[in-house]
Amino acid sequence: MTLSQRIELVCPAGSLPALKTAVDNGADCVYVGFKDATNARNFTGLNFDPASMREGVRYAHDRRRKVLLALNTYPQANNWKDWTAAVDRAAELGIDAVILADPGLMAYAAKTHPDLRLHLSVQGSATSYEAVNFYHERFGIQRAVLPRVLSLAQVEHVIANTPVEIEVFGFGGLCVMVEGRCALSAYATGESPNCNGACSPGKHVRWEQTPKGMETRLNGILIDRFGDGERAGYPTLCKGRFDVDGETYYAIEEPTSLNTLEMLPELARAGVRAIKIEGRQRSPAYVAQVTRVWRAALDRVMSGADRFTVQPAWMAELDKVSEGRSHTLGAYYRPWK
Amino acid sequence: MNSTRLALGPLLYYWPRQATLDFYAEVADSPADIVYLGETVCSRRHELRLDDWLDVAAALDAAGKEVVLSTQSLIESESDLKALRRVVAQDRFRVEANDMSAVRLLAEARRTDWIAGPTLNVFNPVTLEMLRESGACRWIAPHEMSGAALADVLAGLGEPLETEVLAWGRLPLAHSARCFTARHFNLQKDTCEFRCLGLADGITLRTRDGEPFLTLNGVQTQSARVHNLLADLPRVTRSAQVLRVSPQGANTLQVLELFRRVVAGTDSAAAAFEASADCMVDSPCNGFWHGRPGLEHCSLQ
Repeated sequence: MTLSQRIELVCPAGSLPALKTAVDNGADCVYVGFKDATNARNFTGLNFDPASMREGVRYAHDRRRKVLLALNTYPQANNWKDWTAAVDRAAELGIDAVILADPGLMAYAAKTHPDLRLHLSVQGSATSYEAVNFYHERFGIQRAVLPRVLSLAQVEHVIANTPVEIEVFGFGGLCVMVEGRCALSAYATGESPNCNGACSPGKHVRWEQTPKGMETRLNGILIDRFGDGERAGYPTLCKGRFDVDGETYYAIEEPTSLNTLEMLPELARAGVRAIKIEGRQRSPAYVAQVTRVWRAALDRVMSGADRFTVQPAWMAELDKVSEGRSHTLGAYYRPWK
Repeated sequence: MNSTRLALGPLLYYWPRQATLDFYAEVADSPADIVYLGETVCSRRHELRLDDWLDVAAALDAAGKEVVLSTQSLIESESDLKALRRVVAQDRFRVEANDMSAVRLLAEARRTDWIAGPTLNVFNPVTLEMLRESGACRWIAPHEMSGAALADVLAGLGEPLETEVLAWGRLPLAHSARCFTARHFNLQKDTCEFRCLGLADGITLRTRDGEPFLTLNGVQTQSARVHNLLADLPRVTRSAQVLRVSPQGANTLQVLELFRRVVAGTDSAAAAFEASADCMVDSPCNGFWHGRPGLEHCSLQ
């Protein structure tokens, strides 16, 4: 079977070198953010100022690739103008699409820049075709990124019932919670993905060697404790070990990455139009490695999904850059739930 | 504060059928003006089906309560949508929309009496106006929104819109496709054996140094601490006309009574807060209202 539709590979870039790396290694689209709270990877030292964005767009467009801009946090009444200004800047820079979560901001973008293509961010929490179609009817969104909560059959059902292109996460850090509906970080640190573009932010992290082991804390809250032989991971609060009824374990999720490579033929047959790679906070080396593998895999699938087999070398490459050096199919695979 | 109304939020836990029916029989005589009913957390829970909820609704309606049918926050399957359509199709009671799928269905049905729930992520007046134009007649601010941010949203509205704030209860912080209660019992969600049934206040998750941190409630994760705005009521009621109390395993009606006494001017907010200590399943927090980490407890200056 040869697929009638091309599946776009959407790769992350937290810097101009990462953007160029993604383009050079075969990304169809690169998604980026400005250096402020308007996007969900608002980390120190990351993201683009207007000059580097202009250069990035030029670099990608010269090679006939697209640049997508994430403006996927929720503007508040008192900072509304920062978000609308970011939409204006995106239009002016010739960004190919903006990725939005807030309906108010979509209304602004649709009215002010009718030619600017709108994508619904995963932070918009649309998990059904009724929700996706709502954003389509109201604001003309042309693509939606689905939260990492649906099984493969559910993804297929959404696609069958909407005119909107569907993009799914293929690889990278795994949100266990419905994106856009998680206030765990806000509860622990006061900073949330929704409002501040940050989850478990670095400035609240403490590493402390104690007689009991290496302890990782988030705003003083003990997220995990590691013995001598254990590799201490970053204290993302849903991936710590906690005590429930006298049992200590990864009560929410292990430190692991999503990897759907083996499911690629099924995702292709389901009609997925784009595969997203997570990791704007990761290095250009990560972007290069992951983009290369997924480019090869997607090319193989698009030339004949029936003959697709996962190359062991691909998995080995991806596991090297995975959180906890392990991977999962996440919610695509029902028993994970 | 006199005109402030009290709402009992939807039951977030899975209680046995009779316990649930007994609870709502008592609610009929409680100070709650508004009662939200229905399953919002997990589609597998079925001790009460929609028809049962409609019976409860009719009884509460007869007792003079405004009844609202709440809908599920996470919609995953066609059967979830089917359940949602049935709630929207009945027109005797108002509906709380907790997902944009519900907003679409309610707007399509041209209903103008629905309530925009706390998971819709309304953070600015432009989005709120859009929901009002789609038929919303009341909204519940996101739990993570501060009092100052709420005042800013309301100041940006053309016309006032009835506003509700969660004023008591463990905070619903996240939803997942995964069931953490089933995971705790080493079960998968599809074969969960309904192990959350009868966990009246969920299961407490502690840090490895023994501090209560979160609460596992099936696919929902809540705070361990109890969000308690009793002491903040004089400020809260400047923005909110409706105060939501979230049902808990015990003492929910006593909590409603504490709120009633403050709203009626019988007790001071400070005295009611002090008296509430006996009604809390864990220590209090109110950080979100003060623009701080949600688990903090800020005293008034």
